[in-house]
Amino acid sequence: MELKNKNLRDIYVDLLLEEAEKNPNVVIVEADLSAALASKRFFQKYPNRAINVGVAEANMIGVAAGLANMGKLPFTHTFTPFASRRVMDQVTLSVAYSQLNVKMVGSDPGVMAQLNGGTHMSLEDIAVMRAIPTMTVVEPVDGVQLASLFPQIVKHNGPVYIRLMRKGNDNVYDEGETFELGKAKVIKEGKDVTIFCSGIEVKESVEAEKLLAEKGISAGVVNIHTIKPLDVETIVKEAQRTGAVVTAENHNIINGLGSAVAEALVENCPVVMERVGTRDHFGEVGKQDFLMEKYGLKAHHIVDAVEKVLKRK
Amino acid sequence: MEKRAYLEKQAKEIRKHTLSCIGKLGVGHVGGSLSIADVLSVLYFDQMNIDPKNPAKPDRDRFVLSKGHGGPAVYASLALKGYIPMDQLCTLNQPNTDLPSHTDKNRTTGVDMTTGSLGQGFSAAIGMATAIKIDDAPYYVYAIIGDGESQEGQIWEAAMFGGSHKLDHMIAFTDYNKMQIDGTVEEVNGLDPLDKKWEAFNWHVQSIDGHDVIAIRDAILEAKKVTGKPAMIILNTIKGKGADFAEGKVGSHNMPVTEDMAKEAIERLG
Repeated sequence: MELKNKNLRDIYVDLLLEEAEKNPNVVIVEADLSAALASKRFFQKYPNRAINVGVAEANMIGVAAGLANMGKLPFTHTFTPFASRRVMDQVTLSVAYSQLNVKMVGSDPGVMAQLNGGTHMSLEDIAVMRAIPTMTVVEPVDGVQLASLFPQIVKHNGPVYIRLMRKGNDNVYDEGETFELGKAKVIKEGKDVTIFCSGIEVKESVEAEKLLAEKGISAGVVNIHTIKPLDVETIVKEAQRTGAVVTAENHNIINGLGSAVAEALVENCPVVMERVGTRDHFGEVGKQDFLMEKYGLKAHHIVDAVEKVLKRK
Repeated sequence: MEKRAYLEKQAKEIRKHTLSCIGKLGVGHVGGSLSIADVLSVLYFDQMNIDPKNPAKPDRDRFVLSKGHGGPAVYASLALKGYIPMDQLCTLNQPNTDLPSHTDKNRTTGVDMTTGSLGQGFSAAIGMATAIKIDDAPYYVYAIIGDGESQEGQIWEAAMFGGSHKLDHMIAFTDYNKMQIDGTVEEVNGLDPLDKKWEAFNWHVQSIDGHDVIAIRDAILEAKKVTGKPAMIILNTIKGKGADFAEGKVGSHNMPVTEDMAKEAIERLG
């Protein structure tokens, strides 16, 4: 399976088809965005196991819960805001509280909604999903990571929210690299500061590390692909190593990755910390690069945050 | 015993045990529990292919009480059917109980879906009927929704999908007792013409006396004959049916009930 230089949605559908071949219980449930996910291939191969409820996200989650209740393994999909805030009660009660095994994909997270604008821009989906007991929250950064985590997501008996980049693939990792669900990936150990990052901010953090090295600052980079359950052990270890932390996420700094890391650190080893992310405002129309610049999500913003936090160290 | 007499007797027993356990607790969803006693009698004691000795048998019919607050009547039915011990009924809503106000599939043997947030159970029932269709399986999903619950948008999302996808192993009931917490359904947000609404969503619709066990049974038998359409059986019921202090009263949704009130009502039922 090609995992590099290929849209994540295509890799995801490849993985679904591969799993569906082995497991007759795999079904997909769409809410009129199968074209966006390019899951037509699944509909063609398994017409009986591909369900489109139309523009009805609450019912998508309810139907998925019902399918899971009958022994199916449903994978739902819609854009991130409609996969999270729009259906929080359905996900909470019909899926999580009912202990039903439903995998839920939200695509185009945060600024990746681009020209769909503020209405489609989820800067709070991690907050919504991580507040739900038993929920696992995963944000794969590239095809290699997605392909490594996918079988573990399938195997995990419980609800999982997959925050999926739809178009594009940040190609952060080399083929053959493996990942463990719930276990952070240390990309580089640092001496002065540790950057904890997820999603599109991984690439920015890796770039920031290079810019910081040029300035004589040794930064560690740790990819938190599983935001819940959080790998507190690795976070504490890497924070203790440097004594200063910056988080970077394509999400509001309130109740996302930065908050999760802060909670872990405050309870275990308080260190100075800065958060890179959107600062409690709504999204708007714009190309990804424009929005990342405007909202302070670029590598140079991470560098600024590192310099700021080091002054307080 | 003749079918009608037998099912009426079971409905009466469901009402008595419902009143008894709510009376012991002091408060509960009396109105909407008593209004569904008759349909529960027909389902549990006549129509559903279920086995209390093998509660999880895969080919059983499924039942979803989407109006989850009618839990006490379902628990009474489950106890009478032999799923749970009779003496467990009085644990309703007591600390650490497995009989919560709203039905919970992970707590109570015999409960097929967790419900309580209105509209969601019906949507899950539609998903269960979808699984039956995928597997081309012979069993049915039964679901009861409330009339107040029918004001939830998710009901109609699910209704549209069920009709459009011809889920003919879905047999649903509306407990049309015409009352909700804040008043009559008509005053708050009227549903009429309810039958026309379901017909417009491509369901096979019957509207019957929801306290006539034989009418309910006949309606289910007709629904099973229908192919290519899910079935909606509108049960015209009376909220609080069978207990003077609650019958036909808007305030009966969730009301205080003393042991004396329950005892008196149970005696009147005979």
